[in-house]
Parts: sequence; structure tokens; C-alpha cells
Amino acid sequence: MTAPHQSSAFWSLALIAVVIAAGAAAFAYTAGWFSPQRLTPGKLVAAFAPATGVALGHRRNHAKGICFTGVFEANGAGFALSKAAVFARGQYPVLGRFNLGTANPNAPDSTVRVRGLGIRISPPDGQEWRSAMINAPVFPVSTPETFYELLRAEGSKEPNAIATFAAAHPEFAAFSEWAKNGPWTGSYAEERFNSLNSFVFVDGSGAEHVVRWSLHPAAQPVAVSPDELAKRGPNFLEQEIAQRVAGAPQRWTMVVTVANAGDPTADPSKAWPADRRTIEVGTLAAQQVQAEPDGPCRDINFDPAVLPSGMRTSDDPFPAARSAAYAKSYDLRTAEAKDYPRTTPGATP
Amino acid sequence: MIGGQRRFTPLQRLLHWLMAACILAMLFIGVGMVSTVMPKYLTLVSIHKPLGIAILVLALIRLAVRLRYGAPPLPADLPEPMKLAAVASHYALYALMIAMPLLGWGMLSAGAYPVVLFGGWHLPAILPQSDSLHTLLWDAHFYLAFAFFALILLHVAAALFHALVRRDGVFETMASAAIYDEVAPAKQERHAA
Repeated sequence: MTAPHQSSAFWSLALIAVVIAAGAAAFAYTAGWFSPQRLTPGKLVAAFAPATGVALGHRRNHAKGICFTGVFEANGAGFALSKAAVFARGQYPVLGRFNLGTANPNAPDSTVRVRGLGIRISPPDGQEWRSAMINAPVFPVSTPETFYELLRAEGSKEPNAIATFAAAHPEFAAFSEWAKNGPWTGSYAEERFNSLNSFVFVDGSGAEHVVRWSLHPAAQPVAVSPDELAKRGPNFLEQEIAQRVAGAPQRWTMVVTVANAGDPTADPSKAWPADRRTIEVGTLAAQQVQAEPDGPCRDINFDPAVLPSGMRTSDDPFPAARSAAYAKSYDLRTAEAKDYPRTTPGATP
Repeated sequence: MIGGQRRFTPLQRLLHWLMAACILAMLFIGVGMVSTVMPKYLTLVSIHKPLGIAILVLALIRLAVRLRYGAPPLPADLPEPMKLAAVASHYALYALMIAMPLLGWGMLSAGAYPVVLFGGWHLPAILPQSDSLHTLLWDAHFYLAFAFFALILLHVAAALFHALVRRDGVFETMASAAIYDEVAPAKQERHAA
């Protein structure tokens, strides 16, 4: 080989090294390795961890829950807003989960303010509608980043962390007011569960409607103080709903609320005015309750971004953040299944 | 295999470069989507699934085309270890192109997620719901993605090594835009198309 050829080979090898290094760096950048500030699903999920450590094998939030099965009875009226097949008049199987907004699966029921309901409705066309709702009338904060801040404040040892957070985020006041002064009930069956997030429904003509939805209980809510609830035992909600459903199916009316132009569709911490158009689209009936360890809801991710054709996410940033975080939680807990053993040997899945 | 051709067939070259773009996009979308909770998460996921299935279909077509038309021979003077690396890396690339979408599809199936492609189009589950299977497939999908990207970097490095250092015509077997194989000897060729 001649000297010029060797020199040319050197520069060629250098060029190859640069190309490969640039490719690797671009990949690492995309993966967030150079962006420690990026809010990743892992960080968001880790922020839920209680000081005592995570409950392995369980959901990282809404960790305590009980399964149910039932039906969604659509009345056909939902077609005015969405072409989703789930709104065609008929009965569709539902898999659901009553739950508590806590990272501790052993939390006494009377100590948890937020109660939730996850459902998966499965119409025959295979296009599932999954939704996870809570009983609060508004969400605590406006954005996923602020929610992460709130979780950090809640987990902080700093005594004034929450007060400092509340002062910096005035939107937190509405949720706080409900948490302090809103009524408690003695039953999941008496709770109203709200999507809080907005979604876009697309009707048969292609017209779009920004909506939120709620499940209104058929049972009359009876206010009970937390002190009174504490006397009913640590698992009274699960025992009560199991007995109640065994006696008769428990029902909720699904009410879809349509936003007016200019309503805060991107901000779940802000309620929409009470006079907005509403449509009752059907009834949820919980028919059977199953304990979670071997129950059918255990390994279902009630991912709010699983929507049928005719529904999609809106400018509300939370469904994406929830979807990402729920998937992370699901990946973690399914990998830890041995830490949350099933009670029946050989039980599946 | 049919020996003797100087280049991959135009169909093979088309599939290669189309899939190169798809797979690179796929890998970047994959690592990007799992690192964010922003609204683009859902956008990226909604591209990742149908693109993965598209890659699976293209990979199967490409495998059939490769079995039918083969590949141009490597230069006779290529050292044996490099020949071995070339052959082994091509097997690995084909295996990953086919396995990765199947692992992803299987992982979603084992997690009881619907596999939504476009609008109302969705695929059936290919596995029963199972948290142990979900974990196994998730791990495989995740770690093999990094192995896939590393292998692609190696592939690019080797291609450039052939093009810039060895100048042995191997790069041109895939990089040429020529439709016909009989235009001119490879060494003198400049943008034959």
C-alpha cells in the first residue's frame, strides 16, 4: 500500500466512526439518556411509591381493588355523538374494577379519599372501550408535569410541601375543597364516577364533539362521616359491594356531557358549567363481584387511551400521560406476579 | 440461490432501502415513546403498531425474494472472518425483522391489549393472556431492540468499510440505483441510472 492510500483509509475509517457515533448518539438522545429532566413514565410511576416502598405485583396507584363483571346496556342515544358500535342499542359485556386511589393495597378503606371505577366494555366488533374514572368532581391539577410536582410534594418530608404546592397552583383549590368537605359514602354503589378527562367523539357524519362522561349511581347516596366509616372495618367497601351485588345488580347511568366552544377541554381541574348539554347513553350494571387475586380484572390495564373507532383523545394531555404510566405500572407488576400470588393453585392467567 | 449477478435485484434493493427507513423510524419511535408521557406518546404508539406489522409483511416478502433470487457473491479476496460476519449478520437481521413485530404482537396479546392498527382495524390476539408470557416477551422486545440497533450500526459500518476502504463493489451491490445489470463494469460506473 502507498502512503496516500493509507492516509485516505485513515480518513475513511474516521468518517465511518463519526457516522456510527452520530447514529448511536441520536438514538440515545431519543431514548432520553441525555435528558434527565424529561418526565418519563418510569419517573411518574416511581413518584407514587409510598415511603414504605412499593407493593410488588400490584398496581402502582389505585392498588386496592375488587373485580366485577356485568353489562353495559346502550340505549342508542350515544349515536348522536359517536359512531362507536358500543353505542348501538344492545347489551355488551363489561369487566370492571372498583378501587381506591392509593398505592397501598392494604390501606383501610376509610382512609382513602379517592374512589375509582375501571371498566372495559367489549362490543362484538372487538373494539374495546376502556375507561378509568374517579369520584372526585375535578382533577387536582391541570397538567401531567404539575401532577408529578404534586406527587413529589406529597412524598416530601418537608412539612409545608403541600401548602407550598397549593400556593403555587391555585387550580388545586377545587379538588382540595372537595377532599376536605365533600361527602363520603359507605358504598361504591353510591358513588358517581367521572372521566374528568375530555375526549373527542366523532359521529356518523364526521362531526366532532368534545365530551366528558360520568356514571351516575342508581343507588341513593347516603353521606357517612369518615369516623363512622372507620368503625366498619378496613375492607368494608369490598365486603359491602360484594353483598350488595349478590343481592341485586347495581346500576349507574352513563351521562355524556358535551363541551361548548371555549370550555376548558384541556384542563381536567376545571369543571364545565352545569348547563352543558348532556345525553344519557346507557346503563352500567355490575352483576357479579370477584376478589382480585384470582379475579378477571387483575391483569387488565384500564388504559383510558383504549378507545373504539368513533372516539379519540382530545387536547387534554392526561390520557396520554395516564396511558404511558399505566403501561409502565402494568409492565412492572406483571413482572412481579410471584410477589402477589394467586390464591387458587394453577389459577390463570 | 442464483449466483453470478453483480447486484441485488431492483426489487431487493427497493425492499432493502424501504425497510431501512421503516426499521430506523421504528427503533427511534420505540425508544422515544417509552421515554415520554407527553401527548406524542399516543401518536408514536399509534404509528409503532401498524408500522411494525408493515415491517413484518415486508420482511416475509423480502425473505421469499431472497430465497428466490439469492445474493451476489462476496469478493473472493474477502478474509474468511469478514465473510462469516457478513453471513451471520444477515441471518440475524432477517431473524430480528421477523421476530420483533411478532414479539410485540405477542406481548400485547399476552397483556390483553387490543392490537389496533388503523381506526377500526385490529388484529386478533396470537397468545392467551398471561403475565409471565407478557414479561418474557416484553423483555425480549425491549432488549432485542437495542441489539437490533447495534447490529444496524455494525451493518452500516461494514457497508461504509466496503465502500470507502476496501472499495470492492460490495456496497454497490445494494446501493446502486441501476435497473439493469449489464450497463458497465462496477468500478467505472457512475450513477448508471
